[in-house]
Amino acid sequence: MATATFRIFRGEKGQGRFQDYPAAVAEGMVVLDAVHQIQAEQAGDMAVRWNCKAGKCGSCSAEINGMPKLMCMTRLNTLPLDKPITVEPMHAFPHLKDLVTDVSWNYTVKQRIPKFQPRKPDAPDGSWRMAQEDVDRVQEFRKCIECFLCQDVCHVLRDHQMHDQFIGPRFLVYAAALEMHPLDTADRIPQLRQDFGIGLCNITKCCTKVCPENITITDNAIIPLKERVVDRFFDPLTRFFRMFGQKEA
Amino acid sequence: MSQIDVPLSPSGFGQTRRADHWWVQPLFVFLGLSSFIVYATWAALQGAHYRFGPYISPFYSPELFGPSGQAWFGAKPSWMPAWVTAAVLILWAPGGFRVTCYYYRGAYYKAFWADPPSCAVGEPRKSYWGERSFPLILQNIHRYFLYLALIFLLLLAHDVWQACWFNGHFGIGVGTLVLLANVTLLSCYTLGCHSLRHLIGGFRDRLAGAPVRKKAYDCVSCLNRSHLLFAWCSLFMVMFSDLYVRLCSMGIWTDFRIF
Repeated sequence: MATATFRIFRGEKGQGRFQDYPAAVAEGMVVLDAVHQIQAEQAGDMAVRWNCKAGKCGSCSAEINGMPKLMCMTRLNTLPLDKPITVEPMHAFPHLKDLVTDVSWNYTVKQRIPKFQPRKPDAPDGSWRMAQEDVDRVQEFRKCIECFLCQDVCHVLRDHQMHDQFIGPRFLVYAAALEMHPLDTADRIPQLRQDFGIGLCNITKCCTKVCPENITITDNAIIPLKERVVDRFFDPLTRFFRMFGQKEA
Repeated sequence: MSQIDVPLSPSGFGQTRRADHWWVQPLFVFLGLSSFIVYATWAALQGAHYRFGPYISPFYSPELFGPSGQAWFGAKPSWMPAWVTAAVLILWAPGGFRVTCYYYRGAYYKAFWADPPSCAVGEPRKSYWGERSFPLILQNIHRYFLYLALIFLLLLAHDVWQACWFNGHFGIGVGTLVLLANVTLLSCYTLGCHSLRHLIGGFRDRLAGAPVRKKAYDCVSCLNRSHLLFAWCSLFMVMFSDLYVRLCSMGIWTDFRIF
């Protein structure tokens, strides 16, 4: 059976070092399998967060050979096994231990975004009517598993640590899902510009590249929101003409 | 089991633990855009060899002032500096459209500013302003350049029609097909613009009940999915169209008539 070397970060609160572990490699294995094998046989105290092993819980986010990925969805046959495979925790969040980071900042950000506010019900029984094509548009955003890989790769958070000024791609997707919802009536545009820092995104599309759910984050969520901000704050001509146009009910 | 002391967070320009050739894409973008800028600047400053038979280079169309006798406002006024050619007078509009384009912005921020050089690769600067303050806040005028680009599409389509008439007789030459391919690719690029997608229907939360708007939104969205491809193809085609007309005009290439 072939073996590969896994260079895994070991340490606490950002202090530590990479350690090399050899592990047997079998057909069909993913990085999380190898990490579990190492944890069972060589490093029983290694901290690693995981849950579903199916790419749906978003727990096992890490950086594999320098790129943010889910460990459970990264097959070993996609990696060059002749060199050590580096496995390290996400960089954009405070490090706790080994491969585990504290992602709680994301939950506080989510609480700051105004919640879904539906219009008055369309029918006397308190229900609403929506066209399928209008729901389809925001359905893509609901695929998000909150793995926070997009937050990790975003250079505004990763390199510039602007967590206090920018909510990151995950929550721009969340805001887009609410803002474009056919029933929602809340207005998040001023906050998107001023408090949530949408102007800090410079459209590198790294978030789209790493999304394990293949959500078209930049083109379908962030840029449409940027355009809505332009409507409101930078384009007097469009605002003028829309005054005479048909209003959305 | 061996240990390696390296920091968890690589810092500094170009530092990364990525094992792939991450620098290839920004390098190609840098070379591609640089080549276009150098060629377009040179061609725009020439002020000659931009017409051949019924063809006009897209860099010089519309010809506002010029010696050809077909310029909109006649010969160039004598007070205009020599470097102000017919191309210099108009190229700011399609140039502005590309500079403020969402795709190109992401590409040149990486390739020219290294902001970041590539995903998960260290940057050269510690400070970052993004597009929320001057000068990059000006990128928000992209839709105004879009309006101008749409007018240019009509003018370039008219040039293709003009390129079908050889001394009063209808015909098709290789140059006609070159100009047709140029306006087709430019249309695919311009009509797939993110701002147009927003203006044509994306600004609404509900498109159901407006079938024409919905169809238009779907068409723009379809082109938008290939925006990167059309951005590059149209960029090189517009450069090739100018080169074709220029070399024919200089007698280096021969324009063959198909019929």
